[in-house]
Amino acid sequence: MSTSVSSQRRIHAADPAGRFDPERARADFPILRQKVRGKPLVYLDNAATAQKPREVIDAMTRYYEEYNANVHRGVHLLSERATKAHDDARRAVARFIRAADPHEVVFVRGTTEAVNLVAQTFGRQRVGPGDEVLITGLEHHSNIVPWQMLCAEKGAKLQVVPVSDAGDLDLDALERLLGPRTRLLAVAQVSNALGVVNPIRQITSLAHARGVPVLVDGAQGIPHLGFDVGASGADFYAFSGHKMYGPMGIGVLWGRKQLLEEMPPWQGGGDMILSVTFEKTIYNAVPHKFEAGTPAVAEAIGLAAAIAYLERQGIEAVAAHERDVLAYAVEQLRAIPDVRLVGTPAERAGVVSFLVGDVHPHDVGTVLDGQGVAIRAGHHCAQPLMKRLGITATARASVALYNTREDVDALVRAVHAVREVFA
Amino acid sequence: MSELTDLYQEVVLDHGKRPRNFGPLEGATHHAEGLNPLCGDHFTVHAKMDGGVVREARFEGSGCAISKASASVMTGVVKGKTAAEIDALFEKFHKLVTEGPGSLPGAPEELGKLAVFGGVHEYPTRVKCASLAWHALRAALAGAQEPVSTEAEGE
Repeated sequence: MSTSVSSQRRIHAADPAGRFDPERARADFPILRQKVRGKPLVYLDNAATAQKPREVIDAMTRYYEEYNANVHRGVHLLSERATKAHDDARRAVARFIRAADPHEVVFVRGTTEAVNLVAQTFGRQRVGPGDEVLITGLEHHSNIVPWQMLCAEKGAKLQVVPVSDAGDLDLDALERLLGPRTRLLAVAQVSNALGVVNPIRQITSLAHARGVPVLVDGAQGIPHLGFDVGASGADFYAFSGHKMYGPMGIGVLWGRKQLLEEMPPWQGGGDMILSVTFEKTIYNAVPHKFEAGTPAVAEAIGLAAAIAYLERQGIEAVAAHERDVLAYAVEQLRAIPDVRLVGTPAERAGVVSFLVGDVHPHDVGTVLDGQGVAIRAGHHCAQPLMKRLGITATARASVALYNTREDVDALVRAVHAVREVFA
Repeated sequence: MSELTDLYQEVVLDHGKRPRNFGPLEGATHHAEGLNPLCGDHFTVHAKMDGGVVREARFEGSGCAISKASASVMTGVVKGKTAAEIDALFEKFHKLVTEGPGSLPGAPEELGKLAVFGGVHEYPTRVKCASLAWHALRAALAGAQEPVSTEAEGE
């Protein structure tokens, strides 16, 4: 009793207005308490993976310590508990993305697997010789290569929406490229390399006007902006758990139920069947049709815990806080002599990419690491975009809800150290 | 900053900024491309073999300070060496950049100028940068037709 009273008091004291408090949120992430290379860790590599709050770690530990069992087949209590937790996780995902029906939520390993699933089922069924798949110049390799493989197999053509120097999509070109043979448009909600926020609603209405379904890659969007599958107009939505404070190894493909039902199954195995004889197999209903084999139960539970955590913080409040930190980072980095921002989009989320003079981003990353500042350096699995911008790599700082303006100050100090080393 | 200054020693920074033996090589007998798919670093190494030894080596391409400095120093130290001697030298260099100077007793003399890369072992992600040009040169001397990748080396 006394514990709950004192913890309540602590919450009120720290957060009288009930607003999102990044300092208090930071304390929820055990990993952030450490020093690296003798300096307090400043973690700005969240677009690669976000850190996990204590309650995600605890939820997964509790599953393994208290009710680990296989799902959908045991007649015993532990299996019932595990099955219920797994089903609850699916419902939590559906609620978070405002899906009409939890059966539209397919659990996969991550965004990459979700895109491949659509390419290998929907794509193989609907794309034929001479057809076209439309993607954009902003895409991560995981939203390029599966479509390239499909097009090569089917004799179809991959079309690419061009990107402006600022990093924004050319929507006029997008409209022109939506042709009578376009079978699907695949587009990122937010660019992982530059942080460009794409106008998804506008894009889906352009596509739907020509009868083209749209897959949205939400890997970099959902942690910062959330997603409303209904309002967005998307037909498929793919995202990963680990970039939104959940564990690695779990992700989601959401699809309109009718589309999912029309698609052939992907991998064969247990759980995806209703009955098997050597002559004929009857497939299970969606989403189980796409979930062959024992699922990642602990990971689904961890993802549900991450969603509960994000919902409690409030995705709007998180987004507003992150926008402030990111705008501050853009302003502070821009003020440093010989720092060049790569990508200056109309709307930005999560990411700021930059170059320091002619210092290679890899060297920037190493010097920053020496100051305790973790960023990503490289092509960010977006080599075609790098080529379009005439560079091979960038240094990329990416924020999460626990980052603050102080983290940006540490980043800026570390960038000055880069300039000293390579003066 | 001490680990950092071990990595970015003056000599390394200097070779990174003003690489020696940089550019095409007329009359080259061997060429190979080296790629680091993780960061996009991309070099072509040219060598002129005569009488079983490397008479001259040069390189072109783009990369970080470590990979450029390593290519710059390497193209200098391999002159006059046979392919077998270069392989033996690479083995020592590789030990230096993965395990550190302590793993090579009496190393400074044997390694010569390569000793400036003694700080790389503190940064395992940078080993590939330091090794890229070496992989390309050894592939060139072995008559490789395809570009070599740091990923294929399994390190």
